[in-house]
Amino acid sequence: MADPTELTAAAAAEAIGAGELSGEECFAAWAEAAGGDELNAYLWRGDAEGNGAGQSGREAEHLAALMHAPVAVKDIFCTKGVPTTAGSRILEGYAPPYTATAVRHLTVAGAPLLGKTNMDEFAMGSSNENSGYGPVLNPWDRGRVPGGSSGGSAAAVAAGLAPWAIGTDTGGSIRQPASLCGIVGMKPTYGAVSRYGMIAFASSLDQCGPLTRDVTDAALLLSLLQGRDPCDSTSVGVAEGIALPHREDLSGLRFAVPSGLAMDGVEAGVKARFEVTLEKITGLGGELGEAPLPSAEHGISAYYVIAPAEASANLARYDGVRFGSREDAPELDAMYEATRAAGFGPEVKRRIMLGTYALSSGYYDAYYGRAQRVRTKIADDFRAAFADFDFVVTPTSPTVAFELGARTDDPLSMYMSDYFTVPMPLAGIPAISIPCGLAEPDGGGPELPVGFQIAGPAFSENAILDAAYALEQAIGFDARPTRVG
Amino acid sequence: MIDRDQVLHVARLARLQLSDAELDEMARELSGILDHVERMNRLDIEGVEPTDHVVELENVLRPDEPRPSWPKAEVLESAPDPAEGAFRVPSPQAES
Repeated sequence: MADPTELTAAAAAEAIGAGELSGEECFAAWAEAAGGDELNAYLWRGDAEGNGAGQSGREAEHLAALMHAPVAVKDIFCTKGVPTTAGSRILEGYAPPYTATAVRHLTVAGAPLLGKTNMDEFAMGSSNENSGYGPVLNPWDRGRVPGGSSGGSAAAVAAGLAPWAIGTDTGGSIRQPASLCGIVGMKPTYGAVSRYGMIAFASSLDQCGPLTRDVTDAALLLSLLQGRDPCDSTSVGVAEGIALPHREDLSGLRFAVPSGLAMDGVEAGVKARFEVTLEKITGLGGELGEAPLPSAEHGISAYYVIAPAEASANLARYDGVRFGSREDAPELDAMYEATRAAGFGPEVKRRIMLGTYALSSGYYDAYYGRAQRVRTKIADDFRAAFADFDFVVTPTSPTVAFELGARTDDPLSMYMSDYFTVPMPLAGIPAISIPCGLAEPDGGGPELPVGFQIAGPAFSENAILDAAYALEQAIGFDARPTRVG
Repeated sequence: MIDRDQVLHVARLARLQLSDAELDEMARELSGILDHVERMNRLDIEGVEPTDHVVELENVLRPDEPRPSWPKAEVLESAPDPAEGAFRVPSPQAES
């Protein structure tokens, strides 16, 4: 029998269904692989004996036959009795009393919890360097970042430490690390997947989605995740359900490159891979054009008001009273202030401050009110583009994976990593990143993965997955990380 | 631009204790970020409605029926200082 860790998750499910592989064997093989983590990708792992997976990952009340490969879960999802930190020291030791709906859906479908993955603290970051538990290393080059905030999930899948993983995307936190690690990552439409038990960062933007080896696995994982949940009043599910992709050409489909998003900040190697991929689209019969999207370039500005503003409200709950750590002080306000000062890292503090300022009396209209109107304009831009085109395509990240420490002293340069990924969550629309080749960074260095982003209208997940699948076959990306650094 | 006094005021609103060094650094960093953010002022937003939320859902309701809550003991297990079935906190006023 083939080594289960060589199989995609879809192939593993087929082998289990055909009786060629047992779910327990599959779990054990992956638990062993995850145990070899040298990248700091995991913060917690279930063990091969099923102690973690049997009791916590599968939860007694949801015990299901193991029909699927196990899933690595970003540590932002609550898992009953299993440590859940959101990458923050303020939640060190916290074991929630309940499990997130997304994780429960996977458990019920027979895809047990393999482990909890490292992440930027409260999902704030684009490099994983903001984790309270140390950075994750990029499996392609251990001197470089895996991207963020779902960096642990992306690195685990890319390095063969997990068959597939889930993460969250607020401004690019699934797509950008997928791009930097050479795997597939998808942010579904806002409302497609329940966020109950997913620790909140920016509630009008946050969405859960898959990080996988290929497009078929992304479709399969999303099909298990999506659905309406009475515990999340913003969830609606995908009306037609998610089908496995099968499309072989792109004939009749129209792809737009946004002329409003400047390519100046894009590395030469990334730009070259992007252009080669555009040629592949026309080679498959797709039509290319330009859509203006004139407001999209202001996405970073609007995002860095809206997301911190919502975060400042959501993170008010970490006050040392009901859960998490506490710093003792003789008086209540002093206890709050000391607890939050000790428990939050620098980027989280920066965003709480930015958000509190943007919402404060006298500044609300100039910042938050204005950003919400810019958001409307960006959503209108996409609506206009989708009147003429099926998809909008961009590089996922302006650069390949950058070196650890390269951007930690300059918050704005870090924020610019999200230039191509923030407009989509602002508009609430779905987008996927697929690997489209390797390129050297500007200034030279090892060849590293480049991601290609395809965005479509709300609830067009099946169309995006189909197009991404056809393109994936044409690209034939089969490079795997070889150890550097 | 945001100055040190404004940073101090916002830190109090956010219940965040910042050291002197952090106050200066925060003033510098926030000013830089706000400078960038203000580029969006170039966009004409006259007459544009704000977007609070991208999904057109209104009044998502469920029947208002009593049902059991989580066991109190389980919930209190996560608290830093549970006492007598409640969350214990220091006094809101410093003892004199």
